[in-house]
Amino acid sequence: MDAFHKLQILTGAAKYDVACTSSGVARKAAAGGIGSAEACGICHSFAADGRCVSLLKVLMTNICVYDCQYCVNRRSNDLPRTTFTPRELAELTFNFYRRNYIEGLFLSSGVLKNPDYTCEQMLEALRILREEYRFAGYIHAKIIPGADSQLIARIGALADRISVNIELPSQNSLRLLAPDKSKHAILGPMGYIHSHIKESSADRKRYRHGPKFAPAGQSTQMIIGATTDTDFQILNLTESLYKKYKLKRVFFSAYMPVAENTLLPAMGTKPQLLREHRLYQADWLLRFYGFTARELLDEQHQSFNPYLDPKCHWALNHMELFPVDVNRAAYNDLLRVPGIGVTSVKRIITARRTTTLNFDALRKLGVVLKRAQYFITCGGKTADGMIITRDAVLRALLSEKAWAMYNERFPLHPEAEQLSLFDEPSSCQEDVQKCLTGQI
Amino acid sequence: MLNRSNMIYLYDGSFNGLLCCVFESYDQKEMPVEILAPDIPQATLFPVKEIMTDPQKANRVLVSIPKKMGHEALDFVRQAFLTCLPQKELHILRFMRMGYCHGPSVMAMLANDAVHILFKAVKHLKNESHLLKGFLRFSVFNNVLVGEIEPKNCVLPLLRQHFCRRYPEERFLIFDKTHGMALAYHPYQSAIIAVEDLVLPEPDQKEQSFRELWRLFYETIEVKGRHNPRCRMSHMPKRYWKHLTELNRPQESLPISAYPGCKKLPDGGSDGQR
Repeated sequence: MDAFHKLQILTGAAKYDVACTSSGVARKAAAGGIGSAEACGICHSFAADGRCVSLLKVLMTNICVYDCQYCVNRRSNDLPRTTFTPRELAELTFNFYRRNYIEGLFLSSGVLKNPDYTCEQMLEALRILREEYRFAGYIHAKIIPGADSQLIARIGALADRISVNIELPSQNSLRLLAPDKSKHAILGPMGYIHSHIKESSADRKRYRHGPKFAPAGQSTQMIIGATTDTDFQILNLTESLYKKYKLKRVFFSAYMPVAENTLLPAMGTKPQLLREHRLYQADWLLRFYGFTARELLDEQHQSFNPYLDPKCHWALNHMELFPVDVNRAAYNDLLRVPGIGVTSVKRIITARRTTTLNFDALRKLGVVLKRAQYFITCGGKTADGMIITRDAVLRALLSEKAWAMYNERFPLHPEAEQLSLFDEPSSCQEDVQKCLTGQI
Repeated sequence: MLNRSNMIYLYDGSFNGLLCCVFESYDQKEMPVEILAPDIPQATLFPVKEIMTDPQKANRVLVSIPKKMGHEALDFVRQAFLTCLPQKELHILRFMRMGYCHGPSVMAMLANDAVHILFKAVKHLKNESHLLKGFLRFSVFNNVLVGEIEPKNCVLPLLRQHFCRRYPEERFLIFDKTHGMALAYHPYQSAIIAVEDLVLPEPDQKEQSFRELWRLFYETIEVKGRHNPRCRMSHMPKRYWKHLTELNRPQESLPISAYPGCKKLPDGGSDGQR
């Protein structure tokens, strides 16, 4: 098989992996070598689906002994199969990198023979890159669940970021759709990687040149919409992953039907892109805005509001905390205002040291007043002609159509009062009692 | 008292020249209505004053900036000078007058018009240079990497460190078509030089097959069920597409099947010494 077909097959097989970030590590090329990394990451292109292309995202092989139902590379799928040799892959990466096509390599793989053998192949490709080409660009390696911990340690020493895919958000779904994988086989390596990262960063505080282990941390991804798991469950899982394993990122991927199976959504089902989007918004709120999963969703409200972003939704349900005064409010309170993000908050804090901010100034600082104006005051004043009630704000933020749909789904007054021609006495039991006992 | 004159300053277009305009403005206690570089001819009725670039005067201003308003402000002014903001010279002069007046806190006065307009322009410059760190494409001719860009701002000084750190052992040239400048590097020196025009030779077989491989990768990586051209355009504006290998197919491009002899990867890159 020629290089073109190999690349086509192994890219096509890897494209459903979401992570394509190249952030979290800064470094320049060693003498005689090539490559550097920027802490912020660099996108080199954008595919026609709008996703960033930062790394050469390929599989080592798309041969797989597993039969995960949601996966395009499952054993039972009739596909052309092929494998890169480690040297081919290293050469391709080097030549793409040299032309500034990519920021580095994202290497995943199907399971060839067994997890250990697969990891060894991946390891050899990384070794050629790092040692023979003296390549200092970004490498993201996927750990095959079930691989030996020795191999994981060696991959972590060469790669910048490593990840183990959770794939499905619950043990039940996993048992149903990926019978060859277990919760233990996924969380085990994750815990191992976490402790290794901690160890290495502690060592490096003592010995400056101690060996690095996955300096850009670890990440994971899960599929959204293939199973019945709710947003609440997914977000809780996400939060605990961040807390317990100190993951850098959790990625979500709306399920694209790739197989006809009674356990899965039918072929031709639209991927749940909006749901994925809402989850990412919530993920940001967890990581940068000091929200907890419990604040955004709870047992009674298990899925996100499709019409409003999670932050706006939260703010509208907590109108008692608003408005906040931009000239006095603390960093954390400003962060909770819809329409004000991390950058704007920092600018507000800087700018208000020298002057009193008004609405016009806020616009210059990059605040989205369309949303923020309902939740803030400037020097005690609200924006002109503003009526701040939950309904008024909702109506202003949504289009007419969305407002109608919103009302249908989330009736504001569950027991809406029947209009009546005669005013009924509005006194309640308590008032009556107060009147009777004379305690007014 | 500041004298609002109707004077137009004409300077030589260099950063030092601009610093001399700042000197002149303070020396004469006047605020010009416009500061022009020589390559922008403009018929005007206002009196024109030609400002001669004097290294000594320029240096006095240069030294005073970090002293009066901090090193951050000096970097900021240097970057502002690279932007494509119309009348950037006048805006820089206004900013510096603010700076001399308020001291280092001028960098915090984000809501002030004079500061805000420069901040926006510098942000645009930094964004563009960040994007070009990714969108620049090199082609290999004779083992020299050559890339072409058409930025709005003058980004080469900002790209310099990035690419020199990334390819320390390569020889490369980045040609900025808009400004007629190029960043040239060979181990371990770099220079920004004036280049009128650059005509590139035909790419050889090896170069072409790597371009073709990259196009193939780019097309394959898209998840068709999520096709979203608007999203791509907002992340990667169309003005960058012209120099992207993956979005420009040569006219007489051969389909993939026309490379039957390509049994293994094109023998490339290792240059025999690594």
